[in-house]
Amino acid sequence: MNTYATRTRNARPEPFAVRVGIAERLGLAHMDWPLTIAALALIGFSVFVLGEATQNDIPGDPNYFLERQAIYAALGILGMFLLTRIDYSRFRELRVGIYTFLCASVSLVFVFGFAARGSRRAFELPFFSFQPSELGKLLLVLALAGFVIDGARRGSAVQRTVRYLCLGLAPAALVFLQPDLGTSLVYVVATLAVMYFGGVPWAHFAVIGGTLAALVAVVLVVAPAAGVPLLKGYQEERLTSFLNPHEHEAGAGYQQNQSVVAIGSGQGSGRGDKATQTRLDFVPERHTDFIFAVIGERYGFMGAAFVLSLYALLFWRALRITTLSKNAYGTLVAGGIAVALLFQTFVNVGMNLGIMPITGIPLPLMSYGGSSVLATFLAIGVLQSINVQAHLSQRGRFAW
Amino acid sequence: MFARNDHMPKGSRLSLRVAVVGGVGVVLFAILFFRLWNLQVLDGDKYLAEAKNNRTREFKEIAPRGDILDRNGEVLVDNRTSLALQLNTQKLPADPAEERAELARLGELAHMSLRKVRRTIAESEEVAAGAPVTLRRDVGFDLVAYIEENQDEFPGVAVQRVFVRHYPDGVRAAHILGSVGEIEEEELKEPQYKGLEPGDEIGQSGAEYAYDKYLRGQPGLTRIQVNALGQPTPGGQLVSIAPTPGDSLKLTIDGDVQTAGEAGLAGYGRGAFISMNIDNGEILAMGSSPTFDPSDLIEPTQAQVDELYRDEELAPLVNRATEAAYPTGSIFKIITALAALENGKITPDEVIQDNGLIEVGTDTFKNAGSEPHGAVELRRALQVSSDVYFYLLGLEMWETNELQEWAHKLGIGRPAGLDLPEEGETLLPSKAWRNQLYKEELTDRPWSAGDNIQLATGQGDLQTNPLQMALAYAALGNGGKVPTPHVGLEVEDAAGRVLKEFEFKPQRQFHIDPGYRTAILEGLHAAAQEGEGTGVDVFGGFPIDIAGKTGTAERPGHADQSWFAALSPYPNPRIVTIATVEEGGFGAESAAPVVLDILEAIYDKQAAEVSTGGGVE
Repeated sequence: MNTYATRTRNARPEPFAVRVGIAERLGLAHMDWPLTIAALALIGFSVFVLGEATQNDIPGDPNYFLERQAIYAALGILGMFLLTRIDYSRFRELRVGIYTFLCASVSLVFVFGFAARGSRRAFELPFFSFQPSELGKLLLVLALAGFVIDGARRGSAVQRTVRYLCLGLAPAALVFLQPDLGTSLVYVVATLAVMYFGGVPWAHFAVIGGTLAALVAVVLVVAPAAGVPLLKGYQEERLTSFLNPHEHEAGAGYQQNQSVVAIGSGQGSGRGDKATQTRLDFVPERHTDFIFAVIGERYGFMGAAFVLSLYALLFWRALRITTLSKNAYGTLVAGGIAVALLFQTFVNVGMNLGIMPITGIPLPLMSYGGSSVLATFLAIGVLQSINVQAHLSQRGRFAW
Repeated sequence: MFARNDHMPKGSRLSLRVAVVGGVGVVLFAILFFRLWNLQVLDGDKYLAEAKNNRTREFKEIAPRGDILDRNGEVLVDNRTSLALQLNTQKLPADPAEERAELARLGELAHMSLRKVRRTIAESEEVAAGAPVTLRRDVGFDLVAYIEENQDEFPGVAVQRVFVRHYPDGVRAAHILGSVGEIEEEELKEPQYKGLEPGDEIGQSGAEYAYDKYLRGQPGLTRIQVNALGQPTPGGQLVSIAPTPGDSLKLTIDGDVQTAGEAGLAGYGRGAFISMNIDNGEILAMGSSPTFDPSDLIEPTQAQVDELYRDEELAPLVNRATEAAYPTGSIFKIITALAALENGKITPDEVIQDNGLIEVGTDTFKNAGSEPHGAVELRRALQVSSDVYFYLLGLEMWETNELQEWAHKLGIGRPAGLDLPEEGETLLPSKAWRNQLYKEELTDRPWSAGDNIQLATGQGDLQTNPLQMALAYAALGNGGKVPTPHVGLEVEDAAGRVLKEFEFKPQRQFHIDPGYRTAILEGLHAAAQEGEGTGVDVFGGFPIDIAGKTGTAERPGHADQSWFAALSPYPNPRIVTIATVEEGGFGAESAAPVVLDILEAIYDKQAAEVSTGGGVE
């Protein structure tokens, strides 16, 4: 045991060992560099793709999306580096405040938010519209992990599980009512992930899974049959049309069909500027939800697989940090963030590839949008903070 | 590491949970990679073919041009809609026999011979290659329905709803309004027409040209997905941008005054008139005779082309108020008077003996009819139009250029700064000009006293137009400010909200001695309305006091040209009105009655507004 500990401690030469003084002061010394590089590569590619593919979207302003995404990226990277230097454990103490802020901000859009396509999700600020539910993903994980650690000794296992579920599902319900189905699903998944890493028994998950399956059946089959539709028409259509896109060629399935054709037509090496699907408006929302289709058509399998690999790297490093954390709170936070990133990536890319329903979940660090880019970088900043604190406390136990 | 609690996973239990999540992650990424490989590498050919089969068709929806209104909001130009049969020649069948068959079928529908169809196409290609050829306008709905139903028989044929300029009052204000026409190839390269395509319509003259950027709308675009047969696929509407109509242009023109001027002038043949606010340069009315119907320019027949473009004597398209070049006769005398007074050559009360003629060297310069006016000072000289008085002033300044300097300051022989593109070449003869010609052996003699004597009474080589004379009278009337003449007042959107008010600052300002100005205006008032004044026959009974001057210009090769210039009301004028009639005889004979018609329209209207309690200035 002793030799094992020694080996792990010495087996990791610090990349900045020589300049550790400066690096330490800047908070760079113990950052997880593969994670940082994956995130920077993704946002860099995002800015590049937006610059290439949206030249003609805004008449007279060819670099509209490129410039704005670059500004969001710069702000996000700055936020990431700032969070790296902060001890994330403080968020545990602030859990009640964070949770209150989360619920308040996603509620306030009902009052002050501006409506886009029939749903109120964002505040209109100068230069920028802010969507609180995006930052809310991170806030939910930070607060819920605190509640889980805090309440670990109170009540029976079932009571605890029910309490965590209620705490997590309340903001999810608020977001669902905005209505923003995709983001509320991310909240549910993040809640389950924090509970999972917090040690909720497997049996409870089995019950939760069974209930969810029953719920889906009720919402999609039983309730409409009984004449009480719970989902808005477009929501249901989007959720089910991917099962048989050709039947819905004119409606929701049309978009997805076009996205699949776009990606397929990219073949091995892509069509570059000869791309038609994502250049001639066949694929909608190509700068946000369907940006992966742009990558697939323009840069082919090489480009798309490269991007997917970066996400795999991102997920691996995030998951790895759960095992390095100096305390349980860090493990829960890292686990929640890692699973949320995996879920968003899989659902969005799966939607582009025609194997997941259209839920309006952006591709982290790739889709155009200030709130999403900023929130994702802040989440990565928290991961970095967990990594830095682990190294500072010299408690790292695994080294994969 | 973990809180000490039985329910929290210990190290090995955590690693199991992490491993499970890691395993799920591996499976999910594997699914994505597998699907991606499947789509792009295994089935890529199929999807590429499908993408290439995804065709689009673009429909351009033409935006109507904005209306042009007079200052009271009365419509001078608007649009009517028309269905036009158009042909995109690039989409005709490649096979000559098939092409011939289609054109023949098309000709039958449009009641045109095959030869005429081909000629129309050739003519259109000459103007704007690549643009859709309009075969016939104002086609009926039955034809539209037939072509839509048999689209596959008529590749490249479309029926477009087009907007055609409509002039509710025919010829009224034709020269001011100008015309629109398809953009020409060279114009496409100009920066102000960036983004336009062959076949787009732009203003070609007049206000339509000058204010084109406000009047021109933004065409709409619909891009839909079509199948291989060109039929729209369901749900395949890709983009749709509605056309934005152009904004309305409000002119400074007063429609009633314009009508009065045109009606008055039409009775006398060729000529022009202008009526302008002397303070801000707003043109209330401006016309030229003979005139034309701008709708004739849309699709002129051969006879109309001959009439509009070929007849140089009538030249109906020329705006004689701004593009002509005439001697002005005696209405020029105010400039001679100002130059002489300001340069101390004479005082307002200095008396000169007018014996009916003067002799300079071998030349004799006579009054009209050699009539002697006896002892005259400035006011009387203007009232009875003594030429001798002004001959002597011209003689006195013949070597000094002082007359030319004042004429130049007042706007003679230089661009007037009008906001319309139509401004003609004019000439203010001077010593330097003639001596240069002489040096180049383009004339047989250098500048002489006679040249300046002629100029002093608006004769000789002077070539100017009503617009420039209006500026000179305006500057006299307002005490030395040369306004910028203009017809553009403001831009409004379709709902009548003002989007932009045009501001035209005065071009120049200089000092005119108030005493001299008063003396000249007194002389002009006497000329128009007192005793033996030259305009009394016409204006003696006019209820409003005015200051006016007749002019009778000798124009080589023509009968005398009639002029009249009026500043009204006297003694504090607001408006200058000038009319001229080619071969119209004495000033009082034809030009003065035209001015009277215009002034009656202006002041009758004001009186009506006062009596009904309406807005007064």
